[in-house]
Amino acid sequence: MENMLYVSSSPHIRSEVTTQRLMLDVIIALIPAAFAGIYFFGLRAALLIAVTVISSVVFEYLIRKMLKRNTTIGDLSAVVTGLILALNLPSTLPVWMAVVGSFFAIVIVKQLFGGLGYNFVNPALAARAFLIVSYGARMTSWTPPLTVANDIDALSYATPLGALKEGGQLPNLLDMFIGNIGGSLGETSALALIVGGIYLLVRGVITWHIPVIYIGTVGLLAWIIGPDGIFTGNPLFHILAGGLMLGAIFMATDYTTSPMTKKGVVIYAIGCGVLTMLFRLYTNMPEGVSYAILLMNVSVPIIDRCTKPARFGGKAHV
Amino acid sequence: MAERKKPISVLLNGLIKENPTLRLLLGMCPSLAVTTMAKNGLGMGAAATFVLVGSNLVISLIRKIVPDKVRIPAYITVIATFTTIVHLLLAAFLPELNKQLGIYIPLIVVNCIIFARAEMFAQKNGPLLSVLDGLGMGAGFTLAITAIGSVREILGAGTWMGIPVTVNLFEPAIMFILPPGGFLVMGFLVALFNKLADKKDKSLECETGCEAGCPGCSKAANGGEA
Repeated sequence: MENMLYVSSSPHIRSEVTTQRLMLDVIIALIPAAFAGIYFFGLRAALLIAVTVISSVVFEYLIRKMLKRNTTIGDLSAVVTGLILALNLPSTLPVWMAVVGSFFAIVIVKQLFGGLGYNFVNPALAARAFLIVSYGARMTSWTPPLTVANDIDALSYATPLGALKEGGQLPNLLDMFIGNIGGSLGETSALALIVGGIYLLVRGVITWHIPVIYIGTVGLLAWIIGPDGIFTGNPLFHILAGGLMLGAIFMATDYTTSPMTKKGVVIYAIGCGVLTMLFRLYTNMPEGVSYAILLMNVSVPIIDRCTKPARFGGKAHV
Repeated sequence: MAERKKPISVLLNGLIKENPTLRLLLGMCPSLAVTTMAKNGLGMGAAATFVLVGSNLVISLIRKIVPDKVRIPAYITVIATFTTIVHLLLAAFLPELNKQLGIYIPLIVVNCIIFARAEMFAQKNGPLLSVLDGLGMGAGFTLAITAIGSVREILGAGTWMGIPVTVNLFEPAIMFILPPGGFLVMGFLVALFNKLADKKDKSLECETGCEAGCPGCSKAANGGEA
C-alpha cells in the first residue's frame, strides 16, 4: 500500500545515454586525430598521448581519494581530458611537463571546483594555457612532420600561423587539410578532426551549431579583414590553420562550459570566432583559439542569464 | 569587551587563527602584488608591522580623546604618519627594496589590515594589548605574504630569497610569478590555513574582533562591518 503512494521526484523517464557512453563516443571521435598525430609526428606523439591519458586518470583517482569522494574514473571523462590535452601539445614537449599539464587540468581546474560538470573552463585548455604561459618556449618549439623532415634538415619549424605572423613560406591548403604541417600533435590534420566531428554529429553527442558558427565566423572575418584591404582575405587558410578545428569541434562544445540555450550557443560561438580572429590578427600571439574559448567559457554564466527563455505564461527576462 | 584578554593569546591570535591575510582576507592587494619574491614579502611585512604597531599604540592612547565622529580622519592621520616614517626610512637605508615595493609602501596608509585593527582592537583596548595585537597581526601578515612569496618564487623562478634552490630539478613555471600564480597560491594557502585553524580550534570561537565576522567564527552570523 505504501509503495503505491510513493512519488519520486523528476526525472521520471531516463534516456539510455550515460556519461560513460558520451565520453566513449568522444574518445572514438578523437582517435583519427590521435592517429594522424602519431603518423605525422612519430612515436613521440604516441608517448605523449599515453602519458597524459594515464596521468590524468591517475590524478583523478588520487584527488578523489584525497577529497574522500567516490571514484569517478569509470566515467572516462579523465581519459577525454588527457587525450584532448595531448592533442594540444607539441610533440617535443618533455614528458614531465605533460604530466604537470594533466595535474593542472584534472586536480586544479576540474576536481577542486567540484569535478565533472562543475569546472568553469575547459580543463584541457586551461592546462594548455598554464603550460604556454609557464613554458612558452617549450610549448612553441614545433618540429616538422616526419613526412617533411626527410627532405628539409630543420630543427625548428613554423606553424602556418607563425609563418603568417613572421612572414615565412605559407604551406599550401592541401597540406594544411591533410595535416602535413607544423603544429600541436592533434591540431594539424583538419581531415581527421572533421571525420571525428561527423561521428559526434551522427551519434548526437554534439549539435552542429557551435562548430559551424565558430568556424564560419572565423572564415567570414578572415575574408573581410584581408591583408590587402577589405574582402581580400583567404578564409580557407585561417579555417585550416592552427587549432581552430580541434577547438571548435572538441573543446568549445564541452557541455559544462557552453551555454544551455540555442540563442546563447549562437552568441557563444560567434564570440569565440571574433576573439580568435582578433587574437590572430591584432596581437603578438600567432594563435588565439585557446584563449578565445577560455574567455567565452567564463562568459557562459552571463550568456545563460541573458538568454534565459521565458516561462510559459511568464514574462521574458532582460 | 568586558572579559579580560590574556596578552599571550592576543599576540598569538594573529599568527594562524586570525591570520589577517589568510583567515580574515584583509590586505589582499599587497599580498598579491608584491609577493613575486619571498624577500619582497618579508620587506612588505616588516614595513606593515612597523606601521601597525605604531598606529595601534597611538590610537589606543588617544582613543578616549578623539570624538567618535572624526575618528576615521584622526586614525588615518596617525597611520599616514607612520607610513611616511617607514617610507622615508626604507628610501634612505634600503633603497633597492623600496624600489621593488614601489607604490605599495605609500599604499600601506590604506591597507585594510591596519585600519581594521585600529577599528576592531586599538579603539577598544589599552596600549599594551594594542601593541601586542599589532605585533601579532603584523607577524601573521609577514608570515602569510612571505609564504606566498616563497611558494611563488620557488615554483616560478627556482630561487628562494634570491638563492637558486631548484637548479636542475625542474624548469620553473613562470606562471607562478605572474598574476594568475598569485591568485592560485593564495587560494591554496587560504585552504591550508582554514584547515590548520579549524583543527586547532574546534569550537570556532574567536577571542578578539568578533564584531568583524572573521571566517569560521560562529558569531559572524549576526553580521559584521564590511
